[in-house]
Order: sequence, then C-alpha cells, then structure tokens
Amino acid sequence: MAKQFGIIFGCLLVGELLAMIPGLSIPGSILGMLLLTLLLDRKIVNPRSIAPVCKFLIKNMAFFFVPPGVALMLYFDVIAAEWMPITVATVVSIFLVIVVTGRLHQFLHQRIKKHSR
Amino acid sequence: MDLSTIIRSELFLITFTFMLFWLFSFIQKKSGIALLNPMIFTIAGLILFLRLTGISYGEYYQSGRMIEFWLKPAIVALALPLYNELKHIRSQFMPLFVAELTGCIVGIVSVVLLASWLGASDDVIRSLAPKSVSTPIAIEISRQIGGIPALTSAIVVIVGMIGAVVGLKMMSWGNVKAPVSKSLSMGTAAHVIGTSRISEYGERYGAYATLGLIINGILTAFLAGPLTDLLL
Repeated sequence: MAKQFGIIFGCLLVGELLAMIPGLSIPGSILGMLLLTLLLDRKIVNPRSIAPVCKFLIKNMAFFFVPPGVALMLYFDVIAAEWMPITVATVVSIFLVIVVTGRLHQFLHQRIKKHSR
Repeated sequence: MDLSTIIRSELFLITFTFMLFWLFSFIQKKSGIALLNPMIFTIAGLILFLRLTGISYGEYYQSGRMIEFWLKPAIVALALPLYNELKHIRSQFMPLFVAELTGCIVGIVSVVLLASWLGASDDVIRSLAPKSVSTPIAIEISRQIGGIPALTSAIVVIVGMIGAVVGLKMMSWGNVKAPVSKSLSMGTAAHVIGTSRISEYGERYGAYATLGLIINGILTAFLAGPLTDLLL
C-alpha cells in the first residue's frame, strides 16, 4: 500500500514541481501521469505493483469530483445569464468533435490497412 | 452540542457526501438507467442541503477538500490504462495521433469561437475551452487558463451526457461507422461518461474510448491555453 501511494504521489509531486516552471500552463497531475507512464514503459515501475491503487482511484474519480462540483452553487447567476451561448456552443462543438475525429480516424485507418495489404 | 454544530462538522459533511453518493449509485444500479448519474445527483442533493441549512460553500469546502484532494492522484493513476494501450498507440500512431490532434483543435476552436460570437463573457469562454476532457483534467486546465473550475465541471458533465445520449446518432449522421473510430471519437468528445456508454458494446470499445479520452486530455492540457489566448 505505502509503496503504491509512494509511487503515485511521488509522480504527482514531481509533476506539480514541473508545473511551477513559468510559462508551462499544463496541470501538474497531467505531467505526473506522463511521468508514471514513462516509468512503466521503461520497466522502472512494475505495472502489477501499482494496479490495485490505480484501479481504485480511477474507479472512484466521479466521487472525488463531488466537492468541486458543489461549487457550482456559486455560479448559478453566470449560467442563468449565459445559458444560450453555453448550450449552443457546446452542442455544436460536440457534434464537430465526434464527426471530425471519427471520420478522420476511419479514413486514415482504412487507408493504412489497404496499403499494408 | 446543538444540531447546527453537528451538521457543520467535518465528520457529518463527509459522511453525508458518502451516504448520498451511495444512495444515488444504488438507485442508478437498481433502475438500470445510466442517465441517473450518481455524481450529478449527489452534487444537486448537496447544493439543496446546503441551501436549506444555510451552510456556505466555503464551510462545506473545509470538509470537501479532503475528498477533492484525491482527484489529482486519480489523474496520475490514468497512467496505467495509458501504459496498457501503448502497444496500440505505437502500432497505429499516425491515424490515432492525427485524428486526436485534429479533434482536439476542432473542439477547442469551435467552442471558443461560437461562445464568443454568441456573446459569452471571457470567464465563461475560458471555462468552456477544456469541455471535452474528463472532469478532473478539465477543472485543472480551466484553473490553469483562467476559467471558472466549477462552471467547467458542470459543462463537462453536461457534455458527457449529451455525448452519451446523442453521440451515436451524431456518428450515424456523420457517417462514422468503424467500431474503433466510433469508440475513439466518443472518448474524445464525451470523456468518461461517453466511454462508459460505448463500453456497453464490449471491452475493445471501452479500451479505444479510454485511449481517446486520455490522449485528448493530454493534448487539451497543452493546447487549450495557447489556442484560447490566440482566439480571444
């Protein structure tokens, strides 16, 4: 247990420290994730040794998110005032992301398959 | 000790948060209705409770931050599924990366431009920029680029639900047919909620959707700030 948390928190700590570099607007947690992926890939960390805690954390992400979600109560006025741009921009953007990502991947994937035959 | 002191105590508020989440998870499981998302209902239930009791968000946050603290290590833990997919990523790097990068840019640019044309305020636009990625990642990005993290989190949840409900319909309109591409685009556009929806079709669907959500999370972390600054 201590080892698993030590590795995960250690990566987070290094990520947070790196995120302090001025001009680097990337969350420390993302840098920590990339660092841990690197350590796994380089066989420095054994995936099986951190799996239970990783699975636990990932499975419960939605719960950890409840308190920052409750902060929504502070912004009801902003949402009420700007619900129209928020809704329209969001729905159109989701549609574009789904179609562009899906079509492009489908196209490239099939092309590569044909070439390799 | 009177009631008002008890309900303001850390122990009570944390217990209450657990209990509500437990209750709504139970309801979702029993009813089999995916839309009865326990996270959303717990947030709504807590907001109602705080309003009724007159406890401020600041007071609740004294306890809530102990739960929120675990978000960051949970993001780091995503390294494990990412590592498990590295083999796929390496063997199909080009189609994956090009599709993800384009999808990420389209997502940020479209939402920022539309919101700004429709007259949204600067704070709101910055909160919308990371909308397609998973909540914990999105709120970190939002904080980082000058948005309102709580607003971002609400939008992210709504995005996930829209993706889960009409995402597949959108794919059939857009002629996206290959299962792998459908999964990837679902994870890219609608993060964890979309992923859990498409995972109902099988493990491989889930793996690709997870890949989409992680890669888009990373790319968005790098691009949301610079792109938003460029467009505004």
